[in-house]
Amino acid sequence: MKTIKILSAIVLLVAISAFTIVPDKGYKVGDEASDFALKNVDGKMVSMADYTKAKGFIVIFTCNSCPYSVANEDRIIALDKKYKSQGYPVIAINPNDPVVQPRDSYDRMKIRAEEKGFTFPYLFDEDQEVYPMYGATKTPHVFLLNKDDGKLIVAYIGAIDDSSRDASGVNKKYVENAVDALLKGKKPTETYTRAIGCGIKTQ
Amino acid sequence: MRNSLLILVLTLCVVSCKKEVTEVASFNYDELKPLLHAQDDKIYVVNFWATWCAPCVKELPYFEKINKEYKDKNVEVLLVSLDFPKKINSKLIPFINKKNIESKVILLDDKNEQFWIGDISEKWSGALPATLIYNKDKREFFVEPLTYETLENTIQSFLK
Repeated sequence: MKTIKILSAIVLLVAISAFTIVPDKGYKVGDEASDFALKNVDGKMVSMADYTKAKGFIVIFTCNSCPYSVANEDRIIALDKKYKSQGYPVIAINPNDPVVQPRDSYDRMKIRAEEKGFTFPYLFDEDQEVYPMYGATKTPHVFLLNKDDGKLIVAYIGAIDDSSRDASGVNKKYVENAVDALLKGKKPTETYTRAIGCGIKTQ
Repeated sequence: MRNSLLILVLTLCVVSCKKEVTEVASFNYDELKPLLHAQDDKIYVVNFWATWCAPCVKELPYFEKINKEYKDKNVEVLLVSLDFPKKINSKLIPFINKKNIESKVILLDDKNEQFWIGDISEKWSGALPATLIYNKDKREFFVEPLTYETLENTIQSFLK
C-alpha cells in the first residue's frame, strides 16, 4: 500500500513538472485552428466560416500602438491585396487590452483602419480569448491557416518577413513564400520564424 | 557673494549631479553574445526592452533597484535596448537621462533576428520585454514582464 502511495506521488510529481517545464501554449504548425467570432471596425461580427470560398487565411495579430506593427501596416495591406483574390485573405486582430494601452481601444482601431484604408477586417479580441488560444505572444504575429478537408490547419507561424523594422531591407518574405507554396499545393519550407515585437498587453 | 554661491552650487553638483549620458554603444549579436555567456562568478541580469514598450518601461525601476541593492553582491544588470537605431539620439539617450537610469544600457542592432532570438532562448518568440538571468552554472529566461518579487526571488535563488 505504501509503495503505491509513493509511486502515485512520483507519478503526480512527474506530471506536474512536465506541465511546468514545457509551457504548451497555443498552436504549433500542423495543429487545427479554431474559428472565432469577433467584432470588426464596421461593427459587424466576423468569423472565418463566413468566407466559404477562401482556401485559407493570413491571420495577423497586430495593433495601433506598437512601432513594429505600424512599420508593417503597408506590408499587411500589400499581402491582402496580393492574396485575397487568390483565396488567402488577411484577417487582422488587435489582442491588446485598451485599459493597459488606451491607443489600442476599439474607437482608435476604427480611426486607424480608416486612416490607412485597411482592405481587410480589423477585429477586436475584446475578451482576450482568441490570442491565447492561438498562442500569439506579440504584435505583429502571423498565423497562416490552410483549409484542408474543411479543417483550418496552421501552416506557418511567425514574422511577415526578415526585416521587421525596415521594409526596404527585406531579403526573405516568409509569409509570401509560405502562401505561394500552398497555392502550388506544396508545404511551406520555412514554417516558424522569430522576430522582435511588442508583448501583448494584459492586466 | 554671488561667486561663492555659484562655487557652492558647482561643488554640490560635482558631488551629487549625475553625468548626462551622451552616447549608447551599439552591438551586433556577435558582440553581444559573450555578455550572455560570461564564465566568472557573477550573476547577470540581462533585460531586453525598448523605450516604446510600455510594460518594459514599467518594470525598468525593478532592474534599477536590483542594480543599486545587489551591486556589491556580485550581481550585474545589463539593459539591452531594441529601440530603432535611428532613434538613439532622439529617444533612447533623452529617456536614459530623464529617468536617471544607472544600469548599463547598450543597443542591440542586428538584423538577423530570426537567428539571434532563438539563440538567446529557444522559448522566446521575440516579444518584449524578456529577461535572462544567469551565472556560469544555470540560466533562467522570462518571456513575460516581471514583478520585483519574482526578480528578487530569482536572484536570491542564484545567490544560494
